[in-house]
Amino acid sequence: MDLYEHQGKDLFRAHEIPTSRGILAETPEEAAEATRTLGGRAVVKVQVQVGGRGKGGGVVLVDSPERASEEAARMLSADFKGHEVNRVLVEEQLPIAQEYYTSMLLDRSAGSYLAMMTAEGGMDIEELARTRPEALRRVHIDALLGLRTFHVRELAGVLPSQAREGAGDVLRGMFQLLRERDATLVEINPLVLLEDGRVVALDAKVTIDDNALFRHEDLESLKAAFPIDPVQARADEKGLQYVKLDGNVGIIGNGAGLVMSTLDVVAQAGAEAANFLDVGGGASADQMATSLEVVLSDPAVAVVFINIFGGITRCDLVAEGILAALDRVDAQVPVVVRLDGTNAEEGRAILAEAAHPRIVVAATMLEAAERAASAANGAAA
Amino acid sequence: MSILVGPDTRLVVQGITGNEGTFHTLRDRAYGTSVVAGVTPGKAGHDVDGIPVYDTVGDAVREQGANTAMVFVPARFAAEAILESADAGVALVVCITEGIPVQDMATVHSHLRGGRTTLVGPNCPGVISPGTANVGIIPGEICTPGRVGLVSRSGTLVYQIVHELTQRGLGQSTCVGMGGDPVHGLGFIEALAMFQDDPETDLVVLTGEIGGDDEERAAAFVADHVTKPVVGYIAGFEAPPGKRMGHAGAIVTGSRGTAAAKAEALEASGVAVARTPSQVAELVVEALR
Repeated sequence: MDLYEHQGKDLFRAHEIPTSRGILAETPEEAAEATRTLGGRAVVKVQVQVGGRGKGGGVVLVDSPERASEEAARMLSADFKGHEVNRVLVEEQLPIAQEYYTSMLLDRSAGSYLAMMTAEGGMDIEELARTRPEALRRVHIDALLGLRTFHVRELAGVLPSQAREGAGDVLRGMFQLLRERDATLVEINPLVLLEDGRVVALDAKVTIDDNALFRHEDLESLKAAFPIDPVQARADEKGLQYVKLDGNVGIIGNGAGLVMSTLDVVAQAGAEAANFLDVGGGASADQMATSLEVVLSDPAVAVVFINIFGGITRCDLVAEGILAALDRVDAQVPVVVRLDGTNAEEGRAILAEAAHPRIVVAATMLEAAERAASAANGAAA
Repeated sequence: MSILVGPDTRLVVQGITGNEGTFHTLRDRAYGTSVVAGVTPGKAGHDVDGIPVYDTVGDAVREQGANTAMVFVPARFAAEAILESADAGVALVVCITEGIPVQDMATVHSHLRGGRTTLVGPNCPGVISPGTANVGIIPGEICTPGRVGLVSRSGTLVYQIVHELTQRGLGQSTCVGMGGDPVHGLGFIEALAMFQDDPETDLVVLTGEIGGDDEERAAAFVADHVTKPVVGYIAGFEAPPGKRMGHAGAIVTGSRGTAAAKAEALEASGVAVARTPSQVAELVVEALR
């Protein structure tokens, strides 16, 4: 779960990481009022769960409430990189002396935390790691040992001496946030040294582990601020893993790997998947019906490809589930079904006998992909 | 021989009294696995279809000589269950549970490092050595004994590929589902090393997917340490960056973790990489010819 900047900064304040003073605004009038409160000058920042805001016109300095209102109106009236915008953050302008970068994340390869810091603000961090690795300090932090004083000295040592103490406090706050809130990423870009010597987080990028939300009710409630996609919400409610994509072949499969593989074979057959949908292990009639509803609610879908490998799940039951689902959902497009594995022949026989006008039964995954692709391309022509 | 599980396996099931736990325990036993105990705190003295239940893994080890644990405990308690088995001296822990907080797994990872316990999973289908032992949820009926080793991040791709192998008469020595989580136990490298040393394995199939760099590191290991033929398959060429594809670990971040980069790395190490699951079986046939 990626948090908005303003949500991340609320967590920063809770963990004693210094931030600039800011006020959230949902309308141009609120942005103007916030700017007045902050003394007439401010920074207006679009709130989206995506990076690259600075270059994309999503962060603007304003010198009057009127300008704040104009910029907020512009930001609130359009999507930002395809993301819906409902709020802007209006922050005080601070006298910046220097800009740095720091982050802490869960390093999956190492199975531990990785902290990084550099005195070079505003750089692409992957680029910096590649071209000038000596400028980027990287420290692995063992999950059992935690952040130690020597880690802090090692990291902050890459900064000019006047920033080290402040940066150390920031690092301790970041680690506390990481541990106590089950964050998998805390990134501050830029971290700034102010003219008065304070070290402050100007931005906040925080990702929380979805698997840990059960122990953070307060964080779960932050989702209320996220844009609501009714299709996604329905999938979530039923425990279906659904990701909307750009093509017109609706995909339903069981198991994440098999569904990813299905997207690939559909592409190889010359069509594009409209979605990723993992129906899960059971693939019951109810799950299947909900999956079909979710996939068919996308108007781009010209054909549905159901790809089931029966393991523990028996294909005869899956076939019955598909038929029951089609009783409940009025599919206007062809539904290509590939069943394999346990009781696959019985499953195919059930579908053949039903002779449902929408169902096309395919013997293999590749044949099904080709049939789905030709239906999709025929519909597009 | 096979790897990880076999005739010497003495299995204790953590969470044996839950629905899933009971169901799969009995399936595994019916397959021929020696299931010696179950653990559910507070249920000591009960039994599950004749399998004695204990309060602790320590008791199961002392009373029944358990050497392998299978974890079916709910996600919020699963890391604790893994640690309990490790500290009780269990040599192999197979964790089926999905949805464990990654921070808990980082703690487990740190504790197990350098120790005597091997972890498989979490969020995995388990390990099967066809004909001798099944520890997990891989449907035994699709497997057949033979000489192909398989290691996969995805569960259903294990099923799909094993099925294709079996249909072509290619049996398996051991199939390992290492799981789809970002921080996990045994990886490709450990499995490859075990298969390389296993006299009953002639060839290894490695099934990867987007996210992380397990496949890239496996490719480097194959180049330096594996003399047996390796056939690869990578899922997720069509996955867009930044979207999590079902598995917690299946995500392309920026330009990293793409299927194309993984396939390329494997091919550069001499691994034949299939473009479809069916092609895996074809490449295995070719490699063994």
